Amino acid sequence: MVRRKLTHLEALESESIHIMREVVAECSRPVMLYSIGKDSAVMLHLALKAFYPAKLPFPLLHVDTRWKFREMIEFRDRMARTHGFELIVYTNPEGVERSIGPFTHGSALHTQIMKTEALKQALDHYGFDAAFGGARRDEEKSRAKERIFSFRDSRHHWDPKNQRPELWSLYNARINKGESIRVFPLSNWTELDVWQYILQEQIEIVPLYFAAERPVVNRGGQLIMVDDDRMPLLPDERPEQRLVRFRTLGCYPLTGAIPSAAASLLEIIEEMLTTTSSERQGRVIDHDQAASMEKKKQEGYF
Amino acid sequence: MLRRTETPLAVETYLRAQETKDLLRFITCGSVDDGKSTLIGRLLYESKMLFEDQLAALERDSRRVGTQGGKLDFALLVDGLAAEREQGITIDVAYRTFTTDKRKFIVADTPGHEQYTRNMATGASTAELAVILIDARKGVLTQTRRHSFIVSLLGIRSIVLAVNKMDLMGYAEEVFHAIEADYRAFATELGLADICCIPLSALNGDNIVHRSTSMPWYQGPALLSHLETVPLRQGPGAETFRMPVQWVNRPNQTFRGFAGTIVSGTASVGADIRILPSGRTSRISRIVTRDADLAEAVAGQSVTVTLCDEVDVSRGDVICTADQPLAVADQFESHVLWMDNSPMLPHRPYIIKLGACSLQGALSQPKYKVNVNTLEHVAAKTLELNEIGVCNLELDRHVPFAPYAEARELGGFIIIDRFTNNTVGMGIIHFALRRSTNVHWQALDVDKRARAGKAGQKPCVLWFTGLSGSGKSTIANLVERKLHSHGHMTYLLDGDNIRHGLNKDLGFTAADRVENIRRVAEVAKLMADAGLIVLVSFISPYRSERLLARELMDKGEFLEIFVDTPLEVCEQRDPKGLYKKARAGEIKNFTGIDSAYERPEKPELTIDTTRCSPAQSAGIISEFLESNGHLSPPPR
Ligand SMILES: Nc1nc2c(ncn2[C@@H]2O[C@H](COP(=O)(O)OP(=O)(O)O)[C@@H](O)[C@H]2O)c(=O)[nH]1
Repeated sequence: MVRRKLTHLEALESESIHIMREVVAECSRPVMLYSIGKDSAVMLHLALKAFYPAKLPFPLLHVDTRWKFREMIEFRDRMARTHGFELIVYTNPEGVERSIGPFTHGSALHTQIMKTEALKQALDHYGFDAAFGGARRDEEKSRAKERIFSFRDSRHHWDPKNQRPELWSLYNARINKGESIRVFPLSNWTELDVWQYILQEQIEIVPLYFAAERPVVNRGGQLIMVDDDRMPLLPDERPEQRLVRFRTLGCYPLTGAIPSAAASLLEIIEEMLTTTSSERQGRVIDHDQAASMEKKKQEGYF
Repeated sequence: MLRRTETPLAVETYLRAQETKDLLRFITCGSVDDGKSTLIGRLLYESKMLFEDQLAALERDSRRVGTQGGKLDFALLVDGLAAEREQGITIDVAYRTFTTDKRKFIVADTPGHEQYTRNMATGASTAELAVILIDARKGVLTQTRRHSFIVSLLGIRSIVLAVNKMDLMGYAEEVFHAIEADYRAFATELGLADICCIPLSALNGDNIVHRSTSMPWYQGPALLSHLETVPLRQGPGAETFRMPVQWVNRPNQTFRGFAGTIVSGTASVGADIRILPSGRTSRISRIVTRDADLAEAVAGQSVTVTLCDEVDVSRGDVICTADQPLAVADQFESHVLWMDNSPMLPHRPYIIKLGACSLQGALSQPKYKVNVNTLEHVAAKTLELNEIGVCNLELDRHVPFAPYAEARELGGFIIIDRFTNNTVGMGIIHFALRRSTNVHWQALDVDKRARAGKAGQKPCVLWFTGLSGSGKSTIANLVERKLHSHGHMTYLLDGDNIRHGLNKDLGFTAADRVENIRRVAEVAKLMADAGLIVLVSFISPYRSERLLARELMDKGEFLEIFVDTPLEVCEQRDPKGLYKKARAGEIKNFTGIDSAYERPEKPELTIDTTRCSPAQSAGIISEFLESNGHLSPPPR
């Protein structure tokens, strides 16, 4: 008998499901970080598969910086209704009080307070001991070294030089009080795998990934979409309608669009295969030095 | 990669081609400066996995910090952590993916230095093939042997010996052949047979993607073509269905599914299965997925199955073909690689994770450890960080398993410390010791309750712990006198006395302290079983061993009494002059001085000897016994 071999997407899917079930079996209070992007969409889809016919045995947490694209928020709420999962939305109250925003306080402080700090607060507040994140090892050099089950001390810090050995598919999810783990079920996926899987499984994603006429301004080489009237325009700036899409989603003032006519999944994949720049280029926060992401992670950024 | 001119139709064709590709996971091992990072960077570059912005960054970095005089320094692509870039070495395993027309690859890039053996094992555990790098100028070195040993231990059967830096040896054929012969002789000893030796220059790109024109004498494949075509593993026993149960899916009263990843064989609806360790049988009734039920599922798939009968199944059980079940045992011979800074302590209870089971277990003193550089067997009492030895693994219950050589998923285990929760070691099971099925607990007719009833008491173990000189023995003595005068049957086990007899072969190293306590705990257990009130007066500095003792006894039987006297006070009292000697360096490993005392977290009683006299302390303890019913016969 010729045994059917798994395709590589099936193998990736199976590994991710295994990881998620392991967390649910071993941790007392897991949560899934839901950033509304395509990786989160894939992660959610995998989770629905992993626990079917049961409902998701954990809530989804969205850390809302109040500067996400409006379409992302609409999409998030619609997904919660469609799939009936428990959605927790958290915003750093201190950031709200001080009206922190990327335009007034700069991207670094905004990210620090509204994202990194907010995430830590939320995890502490709800007492989550394990949090799923959609990061992939192909995204960035320091991620390539991170474990699938990544241990965080009680201050949410990652110690890259002192990671737990991770053998076979035997994950160590044991922690002491106050400590937590971040779990990355998509570690071994590549950007192409994610798109291919979205295509194969017909997973719904935020429309911003598809090309459309959108109002943008060119700021320092980045095409920033004017998503609401909180965006202060410079004297010589005038939003223009351009055919653009986003390769990655985040806070709209910090996320550059790319000129593109790709309006279907196949066209997106084609564009991806022929593109000449990597995914993170659209993320304003990564533009500092190479070690910036590692540093952010050590401080507790996902 | 596609060219821009191609149409969506081409994309679909391309995606279909992607779909059928399989995945090879491999590991690269080499020492500092062998050219490993350069080789991997070269593979990523040649397989066009780099985007323009990444290439631009590489060019920029090459000029800034590169070691190639401004030429592209491929090593910069792969050294991910800031600390690594600063020191120019690889510390931790990095996983990278790349794709060619024929296959997808995940490379685990691992450090080669002896102090990172554990990181290398991590990378090897999920790999099917190993690329072992050698510097052509240096030939087979100690580290080459070490890497090969670890790789073979972790069950990798397919080896590529990449003889790098051939350019520095004038691409000389004799150099390559000498190294190859040398290596093959050694590898045969390890039982490695499937070896492909390739002469390379990672720097110049010779024999990486294309056969090099500089080495026309070499007739074998280039590295990448070998990686693309080497046959993937088909483990033995691949036909037999086995699935560890990872999670029980119970959304409501009617549905009860068992979720897990199939390790081998095929699950099909209607198949007869057996559940281990219970041995109960049933049949598969459904294979449930969110899309639709399946008729069949194969190895590697994560599924949810339901059974025809209401049988008891929980996480850690293994569902397998009914007539070819796995073996079940609780004692094994295994290779262990220690991964923690504090050494392995024989007989200390650790958490063992094997398949989907997490349970308590302990390792015996190593039969030997392996000198990873010479492969010699060396006598050992313990294993230190990065040491590999052969030990018996004893679990606190029977579990289904397979030898590691048959199934990594059912024969590999990790060792977790119960207090730090760190992964402190890993092991692989070779076989079960026959003992485990032969020794059965003898059920005796006259039991503990009967014996204790005669003595008019409820047996228990009063475990006195505290620093030397804290007052344990004094107080324990007074308690025993008191109980005895009231007609109770008691026995006092004193640390110093036991060390003269039963434990006279033990010293004061951490390993010996563990064994010391283990024996005393077992003796105390027997005595409690004989119906006695047992008083144990032992420093017993480690939480793990006190927990071991606690768990040996029946519930409510173990009473931990912490004689909490500050070190300064003990040292002042110094009734035996031991502190003075320890301070003078005449006694090594003295608790409180150069050996740790871990304070109890939740003792049943804490005695503060700076506030009460020994007699008062003894009074507190006997009152405690009285009020907990130990001084009257157990209820019928
Ligand atoms: N004040 C006071 N001294 C005590 C107490 N218990 C013991 N000692 C004294 O401390 C010294 C050491 O006691 P010992 O029982 O030999 O300690 P061990 O090494 O822990 O067994 C002796 O001189 C005791 O008399 C106590 O409860 N209070």
